Amino acid sequence: MELISLGVRSIFIENMVFAYFLGMCSYLAVSKKVSTAFGLGLAVIFVLTITVPVNWLLQEYVLSEGALSWLSADLATVDLSFLQFIMFIAIIAAMVQLVEMVIEKFSPALYGSLGIFLPLIAVNCAILGSSLFMVQRDYTLTEAAVFGFTSGIGWFIAIIALAAIRERLMYSNVPDGLKGLGITMIITGLMGLGFMSFMGIKLGNENEDETAIPGTENTTEIVAPQESASAGIHYID
Amino acid sequence: MSAQIAETQEIKVAKKPAEALLSKRRRKLLVDPLNDDNPITIQVLGICSALAVTSQMLPTTTMAIAVIVVVVMSNLIISLMRNIIPSRIRIIVQLAIVASLVILVDQVLKAYAYDISRQLSVFVGLIITNCIIMGRLEAFAMGNKPYDSILDGLGSGFGYAWIILTVAFFRELLGSGAVYGMKVFEAIGLDFPNNGLMVTPVGAFLILGIIIWVQRTKTGYVEK
Repeated sequence: MELISLGVRSIFIENMVFAYFLGMCSYLAVSKKVSTAFGLGLAVIFVLTITVPVNWLLQEYVLSEGALSWLSADLATVDLSFLQFIMFIAIIAAMVQLVEMVIEKFSPALYGSLGIFLPLIAVNCAILGSSLFMVQRDYTLTEAAVFGFTSGIGWFIAIIALAAIRERLMYSNVPDGLKGLGITMIITGLMGLGFMSFMGIKLGNENEDETAIPGTENTTEIVAPQESASAGIHYID
Repeated sequence: MSAQIAETQEIKVAKKPAEALLSKRRRKLLVDPLNDDNPITIQVLGICSALAVTSQMLPTTTMAIAVIVVVVMSNLIISLMRNIIPSRIRIIVQLAIVASLVILVDQVLKAYAYDISRQLSVFVGLIITNCIIMGRLEAFAMGNKPYDSILDGLGSGFGYAWIILTVAFFRELLGSGAVYGMKVFEAIGLDFPNNGLMVTPVGAFLILGIIIWVQRTKTGYVEK
């Protein structure tokens, strides 16, 4: 149950794009057509689902303070957490390369349709961002796996929705200076406004971080009126 | 986007012997990214981190300085190493260098500005995946001399900085009625209600959209 609420939270309430602006570069660049957006979205889900748990293992058994004690007692005081960024990005780049090779071997058709997007995923902020959030929020291994998968789904939904809107936008008359990026930013803002309505949803989780919604034991339940004053509007800073 | 990068690379690859320290071409490297070729509004790079930190001026300034330092240093280092990096593994080499620089910046922030570092949370780390940095390394530093690369890095860094500072200015002013934490509206005795929308991510998207509109109307740039 905890895991389901974590999932719902990462897909809707703390959506990677609308709440944290992560992965915006490829989100804006690759959202012109639904078909390519679909391919990239799938690839992001896939890479996120693999890298977040792998980085969790790395953090737990290599990087954090005292993590190396399983090797020998002498290493129990070693704290390698300053190497976090470089290790995470190395894992992500390696995983992306691996995924690329596997797809190329087993499904040349999918490989052809994903094209240059696969290597681009290595520099997608959503991937590194999820791993860093995972560390900051002290998830367990299962939570990390669920978090990676559902963040990917949230990103996938966001990019598909934007691509669909932009396909329709081709037929509308947008002022010259606003064409392309300008109107896309404003649309994303309005979509974010829609997603903000999910913030009123109350989820059952006990360990709240500073950006979490206040909740109780019940899952997916609309906030009762007397409590909505404290829980209704919530700002991320 | 890649076509655009290739195009800029071709133009800038031309080099002459013994140029003045700030020749016309070099001034162009420095000034172009500020307006006509702005990394955020024209090239659509580096938006990931541009929005997340801009709800207040102080963290935004810190972020801007951090990005300028990283982009200039990484441009310099990659430019010095450009002839010995095998092209097959260049992305990994670039990522490793950028990541090391970001670790330095992160450690410095943690040591001297701990509160701001906490406020920026994961976004300091996300400088690694800032597309501006990778974009400049790929498009410029891999094919140009160190001094030119520094100028290019400075130009792009400041182009990024002024946009995010403008976004942050409006978000903090309208969202909490303050600039750098000073209550402006209260000081001049104006009763101006705070606009809660500006503090949320939505405000950032809308303000950036409007800035892009104004900026592109001025430079006359039209997409497609």
